[in-house]
Amino acid sequence: MSDLLILNGRVIDPVNSLDDARDVLLRDGKIAAIERPGALKSVEAAETIDARGLVVAPGLIDVHVHLREPGQTYKETIASGTAAAAAGGFTTVVAMPNTLPVNDSVEGLRWMLSPDRKPLVKLFAMPAATMGSMGATLTDFAALHAAGALGFTDDGKPVLEDAIMREALIAAARLGVPISQHAEDTHLTGGCSMNAGTVAFRLGLRGMTVEAEARIVERDIRLLQEIEKAERLHPHLHVQHVSTGRALDAVRAAKQQGLHVTCEAAPHHFTLTDEAIGDYDTNAKMNPPLRAEADRQAVLAGLADGTVDCIATDHAPHAAHEKEQEFERAPNGITGLETALGLALRVLHKGQGLSLGRILSLMSAAPAKIVSLAGRGTLAAGSFADIVIFDPAVNWNFAASASRSKSKNTPFDGAAMLGRVKATLCEGRIVYRD
Amino acid sequence: MTQESESLQQPKKKFTYAAGSLLSVTGVSLQEVSGILTVTSRLERMAHAERSRLLAGRRIALLFYESSTRTRTSFELAAKSLGATTTLVSDKSSSIEKGESLKDTGLTLRALGAECIILRHPSSGASVVLARETGVPVLNAGDGMHEHPSQALLDLRTILMRLPGRDASVATTKSLEGVTVVITGDILHSRVARSNALLLPKLGAKVLLCGPEPLLPETALGLGSGVEIVRDFDAALRRAQVVMMLRIQKERLAGLELNLADYITRYQLNGERLAAYAPDALVMHPGPMIRGLEISGDVADGPNSAIEQQVSNGLSVRSALLLRALSAGGFESVIA
Repeated sequence: MSDLLILNGRVIDPVNSLDDARDVLLRDGKIAAIERPGALKSVEAAETIDARGLVVAPGLIDVHVHLREPGQTYKETIASGTAAAAAGGFTTVVAMPNTLPVNDSVEGLRWMLSPDRKPLVKLFAMPAATMGSMGATLTDFAALHAAGALGFTDDGKPVLEDAIMREALIAAARLGVPISQHAEDTHLTGGCSMNAGTVAFRLGLRGMTVEAEARIVERDIRLLQEIEKAERLHPHLHVQHVSTGRALDAVRAAKQQGLHVTCEAAPHHFTLTDEAIGDYDTNAKMNPPLRAEADRQAVLAGLADGTVDCIATDHAPHAAHEKEQEFERAPNGITGLETALGLALRVLHKGQGLSLGRILSLMSAAPAKIVSLAGRGTLAAGSFADIVIFDPAVNWNFAASASRSKSKNTPFDGAAMLGRVKATLCEGRIVYRD
Repeated sequence: MTQESESLQQPKKKFTYAAGSLLSVTGVSLQEVSGILTVTSRLERMAHAERSRLLAGRRIALLFYESSTRTRTSFELAAKSLGATTTLVSDKSSSIEKGESLKDTGLTLRALGAECIILRHPSSGASVVLARETGVPVLNAGDGMHEHPSQALLDLRTILMRLPGRDASVATTKSLEGVTVVITGDILHSRVARSNALLLPKLGAKVLLCGPEPLLPETALGLGSGVEIVRDFDAALRRAQVVMMLRIQKERLAGLELNLADYITRYQLNGERLAAYAPDALVMHPGPMIRGLEISGDVADGPNSAIEQQVSNGLSVRSALLLRALSAGGFESVIA
């Protein structure tokens, strides 16, 4: 039995409203004790980490990552993607199902979650809601849930048919898990490669409207209302990467009605606008796209007032040769695991005045709650020893070349970050050290 | 928005391109525009034999992913008139059909000695990608719905030559003072409209964009403060010294349906309308024209028309652009 002590840190555990000097004892992959400084002096630990001047917080949790395995391991593997996660302070990631083949079977899910994939941090998955994510036939929710599914999603390919989405929400509600939806009415976005607006006009690119996102969110909320009435169920809709004020208004109203709607926001959407595309920078291309300043402000407001439940990166690695193309041909997506905390602290803490506790909650306790992860997202004694230790005051610049991800497709190469991860521990193991 | 949050935004990524590239009119200064016009005039006056020595032995590639009559021919004839060797690669008869990327196609041309690539491509920003990935000077000969900068330069020269009292050999912030240019038609899909609307106001012109909402969204106002939207063509014509007509780009409509009869009623430039509202206006069209649709034959062939002069100016302006691309910055001195 090897004990590990983290001494002299500023321990922030939002769930327990703790933000104070504490020493933390880890034992058998769990948090054994969390005490005032000096109280654990008598413990003889195998290893000690001096966290003086550093924040000790629950390991970050990302409910939205693309790890590309199986099928596109030239972009990323579960091993490389989770190494990037560890470097970014994440101890739990939830893999999206748009792999090759699509993760729509128990066999596929088991393969993905096997220790043979060598994940460096805790890996969970949301399998597809429909077979092949084709939007026609539901996958076997019960069997997938029994095999570990945290929820279901056709991420990237929204479930457009009302009847199928209704069926999915009902089936997921019976299991107590969310349907996670990429909100995009693809009937309105054919041939589009960025946000609709003045920048798109100037660049001569077809634009995705705010309406294309909002319409699906509004439709899904209407389905929730119908199901609550007709089925006496309380289905959970999780809206992925909300990028528009209009979609946030719909989520805000739904919450006020008592519907179970949660949503996530991505660091790029609260940091950048579509102006960042500049000279057709394909590393600023993702879906949903970077929006106008008014929508960025709406996302910031949603983060401040609680409409946005959590931060998720939508980490989406792509190889250089795929991004070195005509803007319209280049695939959507950017990496995000190693820049999330640095951007959140810079933009939300320093820029918007959100407290460290609030930001850490958005990145740990809140996502844990959305996907019902017991014993994670908190430092309470008995929880998993998932911990991030970071220096909240360090200003530094991210270098894509130093990324643990196999892919370097980020608009934040060279960008200013606030706060640097010094160590990440997953179930008591040190998985990253600066 | 607070200043604080604004300052936290990331600067957009800056890319650099080979000197002599022409990717967008926004990338050239007024001084450079002036230099291009000056050299164009000098080249036109130059004896054929002398001109043909300027780029003797130099290699220029024309890379065309879209069909073209005027632009391709004028660039090719311009290159040849300067003595350069040209080669044409089109998507239909090359390894592009086999899936070769734009980058690899560009690198191949560079390896074969191309010192400049003239690119026509259906995708907006393609010229930027090619310039970035090859480091070779690239002349954007039309990229998707983005820009057609050489067209705007030849249009500028045409306007300066045709309007009384203007000097077509220089460009200043006052060159087009008091001039209102109306651009009418399918603005949304037009790279020519974008390049002109971005260039002409730099020289003091007012640009009025005219067309129905589906072909001219309000977002076009983002092109700059010198640009205005006027939906009523007749009202716009009343203010015009220059009127530029554009074709409806069927190939880019993407499912958009238009009532052509109604369009013709409201937006066709015909003899009657011209006589009633802008009898002295200069009439321009970048081509290809669809006679009987956006413009009537009598106007296209009439005394106000500068359409053929635009084409011939294309040859001379593009000669200057090629010289600029292959002179590494100091091209004005090459033929001083």
